[in-house]
Amino acid sequence: MIKEKRQILIFALFALIILLVPLFLKGSYFLNVLVFIGINTLLAVALNLLLGYAGQISLGHAAFFGLGAYVSGILTTRFPVDPWLALLIAAMCAAALAFVIGFPILKLKGHYLAMATLGFGIIMYIFFNETVDWTGGPSGLSGIPNLRLGPLIFDNDRNNYYLIWMITLGVMLLSINLSQSRIGRALRAINDSEVAARVMGVNAHILKVQIFTVSAFISAIAGSLYAYTMTFISPTSFGFNFSVELLTMVIIGGLGSIYGSFLGAAILTMLPEFLRVFRDFDIVIYGLMLILITMFMPTGLIGGLETLFKIIIGKIKGSTARNA
Amino acid sequence: MLRVEGITQIFGGLTALENVSFSVAPRSITGIIGPNGAGKTTLFNIVTGLYTQTHGKVYLGEKNISFFEPEVLARLGLVRTFQNVELFGQMSVLENVMVGLHTKSKSGIFSCALKLPGQIKEEKMVREKARNWLEFTGLTDLADVAACNLPFGKGRLLEISRAMAVEPQIILMDEPAAGLNSRETAVLAELIRKIQDLGMTIVLVEHDMELVMDVCESIIVLNLGKKLAHGTPREIQENPAVIAAYLGED
Amino acid sequence: MDNPSQLVQYILTGLSNGAIYALIGFGFAIIHNATGILNFAQGEFVMLGGMFTIFILSFLNLPLVPAIVLAIVLSTLVGILFERLAIRPLKNVKPLSLVIITIGASIFIRGAAMLIWGKDTHALPAFSGNNPLYVYGATIMPQHLWIFGITLLIIIANKLFFSYSILGKAMRACAYNAHAASLVGIDVKIMVLLSFVVSAAIGSMAGIIIAPLTMTSYDVGIMLGIKGFCAVIIGGMSSGLGTVLGGLLLGLLESLGAGYISASYKDAIAFIILLLILFIRPEGLFKQKETQRV
Repeated sequence: MIKEKRQILIFALFALIILLVPLFLKGSYFLNVLVFIGINTLLAVALNLLLGYAGQISLGHAAFFGLGAYVSGILTTRFPVDPWLALLIAAMCAAALAFVIGFPILKLKGHYLAMATLGFGIIMYIFFNETVDWTGGPSGLSGIPNLRLGPLIFDNDRNNYYLIWMITLGVMLLSINLSQSRIGRALRAINDSEVAARVMGVNAHILKVQIFTVSAFISAIAGSLYAYTMTFISPTSFGFNFSVELLTMVIIGGLGSIYGSFLGAAILTMLPEFLRVFRDFDIVIYGLMLILITMFMPTGLIGGLETLFKIIIGKIKGSTARNA
Repeated sequence: MLRVEGITQIFGGLTALENVSFSVAPRSITGIIGPNGAGKTTLFNIVTGLYTQTHGKVYLGEKNISFFEPEVLARLGLVRTFQNVELFGQMSVLENVMVGLHTKSKSGIFSCALKLPGQIKEEKMVREKARNWLEFTGLTDLADVAACNLPFGKGRLLEISRAMAVEPQIILMDEPAAGLNSRETAVLAELIRKIQDLGMTIVLVEHDMELVMDVCESIIVLNLGKKLAHGTPREIQENPAVIAAYLGED
Repeated sequence: MDNPSQLVQYILTGLSNGAIYALIGFGFAIIHNATGILNFAQGEFVMLGGMFTIFILSFLNLPLVPAIVLAIVLSTLVGILFERLAIRPLKNVKPLSLVIITIGASIFIRGAAMLIWGKDTHALPAFSGNNPLYVYGATIMPQHLWIFGITLLIIIANKLFFSYSILGKAMRACAYNAHAASLVGIDVKIMVLLSFVVSAAIGSMAGIIIAPLTMTSYDVGIMLGIKGFCAVIIGGMSSGLGTVLGGLLLGLLESLGAGYISASYKDAIAFIILLLILFIRPEGLFKQKETQRV
């Protein structure tokens, strides 16, 4: 119970900081970066539900992100569909696709699952490129409208910031709730020992499909938000490299940690913005990070920080005990 | 309670079990013994749905459960523990037992994420029941410890607590005494009797003869994949075929 | 070009690509059977083979044969480094960690290649000229013959190595039961390292013989890697005939599909086949279903 109260407090503090940040920012450039951190956090949290909670890898999550972006983009540019409705339809489409392929794909384990999701991601990428009549092919799809809410038009960084971060914070809160519940425990149990979880009555396969579907749903919402924010999309944003980038965000932040996903998303979004070298070296650095973090810091940066924090607290307590 | 009929298991030409049949009476404690490679664990894996047998049927009560998946069997009241202790290492002791209560709760993904009132109530119930089971096995003090940090003997007890949380009709234990010292084994024997007193049926595969002879009412002997004998501890101890199998034929 | 000769052409292309896929598949199988790891970086060895050869030819001005040998040696060294630095230090890690590490390694190698050689596509000169031969109206490049010949040699050498040499037998023993193998005095660590050596060597060879036909660049590894994986999945994770057939089958389907259905969906065809095989028969097309012992 105390633990639960502390969690609420931490979340409230986090949300407060996020919502207050724009007040202290003058230039719009940094705000723009923060908008993308919001979208990437949403994606990283979605992947973390699958990878960190249930322990199931996906190398094709950029495809769900892209599907969300394209369905919203196509519905709003080629048909007179309201952007909000299009967002919902896009998320439902991605969820439906995830549900259908989830059944066979999540029977696979480990490397096989990685290969299958990678194959799925590349197939979707090929479709984004080749169905030129719909998606505009490699040259992209432009003229996507902004979202509006009554008199509010989400066409500037400040408005987009609040829109995207409200949604991202909401999803973060729900994900934290989930981890402390029956379903979250069952997912973590699958992650630790699938056999034992099944013997305890956890239907591992159905549960994996469910979380995969939810994850795709959230990723597609992120895709739609991305499309409405950018008003232009092209396939390169949704390829294998982006799937790897998402994977790296989750791993360096910390598997299973929602705040870790934020941290991972923030780091990987900011580095290329502020470090020029990073732009040329990005995939080398991603690769290196994946290897080093997995080998030496399996709980990610959040886990590392927690350990550090505990050591410091222990030291302080130790010294006060000695003084007393 | 549990009936096994003509189970045969062939692994790529190797016959691990051959035409094994027996039945287990309700509320009894049955031991399955036999030398290494006799097929005991294979039999458990078939009964609990982890292997698909080549031939033969398994009944729980009147229900044919021959090809049921483990998660379905748990709902029907059949659970097991593992020889190598399969805990959820990253989770706390209490959470491990709470997973055991999975079938006793039903909140879905959305009510869990939204923390709907029904889910909060259910969560409270699950937590309370889990604490009761920890008390039952004497692990209350360790509730918040991560399962991977438990000493081996406590891990065994946790696995039993977790299985008990399913509130099964029948519990299968795969070598529950392996790796335990004599004091821990005595506690285990006590616990097994306590479980029987709750009205559950227990089947155990075990190498520790002292424990088997002490707690079991009925013993099945497997040797080289075949059933060699079935009887009371006394009958088994006096059975010449069993003695030969254990000491070697010459 | 009339229709029958077109068909022959598609079949030829399909078979030569398929041979390459089979070789890449071998690499997967050899490491998997020795370690239980599916080496995601297998495709990168293929890329390295081609890129190293081009680099050596253009910068060191070596003749073709020494360049190829040197390229294979260098790729193999990368394989050794990978095993020593990222695989051997691991103890008791979760399978998921192994997956992530090999993915990380594959991206790292690809990124390093991009930094060193740039993003351009390079062509390796054909081994013996570009004067095509004509068979039933279809053109065969001499390079096709090289591919078939070298693939056949590798298949035979591979078979001989694993069936008759002491080292090959020791590696098989490790694959079957590493603990038992260590008890009879086989150094399992060396065998694991050796599996990376053999895989890297075969993979880079495949990359070298295909490079004159398809060109090569820093990022060819993913596609070739997944197709090789597809071949070895069809073959039931063996470095034998099943994988050869798997590779040829994939190559043929892909080439016929590209020719008669749509060239732009050529890669999609391969991946759809991969997904179908994984969904329907993950144990391979040519293997009998077996209950796995847990």
